[in-house]
Amino acid sequence: MDEALLRTLTPTVIGILVRRGAGFAAAEDAVQDALVEAVRVWPDGPPRDPKGWLVAVAWRKFLDAARADTSRRHREGRVEGEPVPGPGEVADDTLQLYFLCAHPSLTPASAVALTLRAVGGLTTRQIAQAYLVPEATMAQRISRAKRTVSSVRFDQPGDVATVLRVLYLVFNEGYSGDVDLAAEAIRLTRQLAAMISHEEVAGLLALMLLHHARRPARTGPDGRLVPLAEQDRSRWNTRLIAEGVDVLQAALTRDRLGEFQAQAAIAALHADARTAAETDWVQIVEWYDELVRLTGSPVARLNRAVAVGEADGPRAGLAALAELDPALPRHTAVAAYLHERDGDPVTAARLYAEAARSAPNLPERDHLTRQAARLNAQLHR
Amino acid sequence: MAKYLLLKHYRGAPASVNDVPMDQWTPEELSAHVQYMQDFAARLEGSGEFVDSQALSPAGTFVRYDGEGRPPVTDGPFAETKDLIAGWMVIDVESYERALELAGELSAAPGAGGKPIHEWLEVRPFLGEHPTITE
Repeated sequence: MDEALLRTLTPTVIGILVRRGAGFAAAEDAVQDALVEAVRVWPDGPPRDPKGWLVAVAWRKFLDAARADTSRRHREGRVEGEPVPGPGEVADDTLQLYFLCAHPSLTPASAVALTLRAVGGLTTRQIAQAYLVPEATMAQRISRAKRTVSSVRFDQPGDVATVLRVLYLVFNEGYSGDVDLAAEAIRLTRQLAAMISHEEVAGLLALMLLHHARRPARTGPDGRLVPLAEQDRSRWNTRLIAEGVDVLQAALTRDRLGEFQAQAAIAALHADARTAAETDWVQIVEWYDELVRLTGSPVARLNRAVAVGEADGPRAGLAALAELDPALPRHTAVAAYLHERDGDPVTAARLYAEAARSAPNLPERDHLTRQAARLNAQLHR
Repeated sequence: MAKYLLLKHYRGAPASVNDVPMDQWTPEELSAHVQYMQDFAARLEGSGEFVDSQALSPAGTFVRYDGEGRPPVTDGPFAETKDLIAGWMVIDVESYERALELAGELSAAPGAGGKPIHEWLEVRPFLGEHPTITE
């Protein structure tokens, strides 16, 4: 069964139902029911016209649900038989769905779940598995999200920035389950970039592509984290890097810099270095300066301190670090790294062990513990 | 979203404010307590924040490897064990503050006299997934 096709068609079919007069929530429910049915029956008998099949089944599901709700009878009689929209309208509908599912009234997690279902065409079960919660919990999260946006008009113009934040979360904070959320985020961002010309949409797409390109090298065969400097760069996906660089360069020529373009530029500079030693850290520091100027983000400042340490030496990095709040996540890990570079393995080993205790995830904790162990073994030899 | 464990202890947590042992409650007070816990879990499912809830028997056995080809060694239970976990709830919430808020509500479950137990619950964050973009 062509699951990719099914997912691509989902927002289109929701749009068609909404144009026929169904409310967003009811249309979305009906299309989800149709998707679940497609997953069940398509493997044995794939339809010749998948889109037509989905529209017909979803519309029937909608009418069934509407019939069960007597208050809807009037509207049901009125809307039946309205024309199917043309291709231009379909693209508009899909764009409206992105805006609606990322509406600012939603919490980030609700917006993520709703986007994956209504725009991404994933089933509730797949989304629940991807975020390691029970299906009933995810179903509730989605239906609450739909209630929250129920008063938002479908054709109300939305804010691209909120959509980008949601897509960034899908890419960056997913678990590694059956559904490849990073690939899904790239698909959704690519689709968005094809619909609207916006430099930050391009910036985010470039950022995702450049990081996705490194994925094969990011973990060792035993599942351990391989830091950027130690990655086997021959395993980076050059096709994705080339695409990411192209997308980024086109965005930068518009001269409207944003945080995603700046982050992508940093990733592109890393991708451009054949070895870690050839990295252009001076330029990377300049991009971090831009990023800090654009966002004021403490995480950007912390990463900037690392880059300063590479560009101007560990002392300069430690000086940049000293200006930051020590309570920042990963502050201690950065301090450990810079102290080791500065030739102080005793302090570095102590700080690595301390950083491991407060690591926010298991691969990072293992990595930091291994760094501490490596230094301790050298010290006690 | 981040997952948190709300941990309930038989022993090892500071004493509750309403510290009358359960076996001295009236049947109605016990029912009210159980109902509160069920309603709480149902409410969290409704808000899309519920992940799991389990209760543990107090009787546990310690087990360890005893070498190739030998059955594992068992020991215990140890009456003197300081920490004894009674059960847990796992929640998936937007913030640490929300985790604290929910733990506070769970701790307000009614006990003797129908009054809140004010039981101490331990809130522990799960280690999450490693993010893709770190530099």
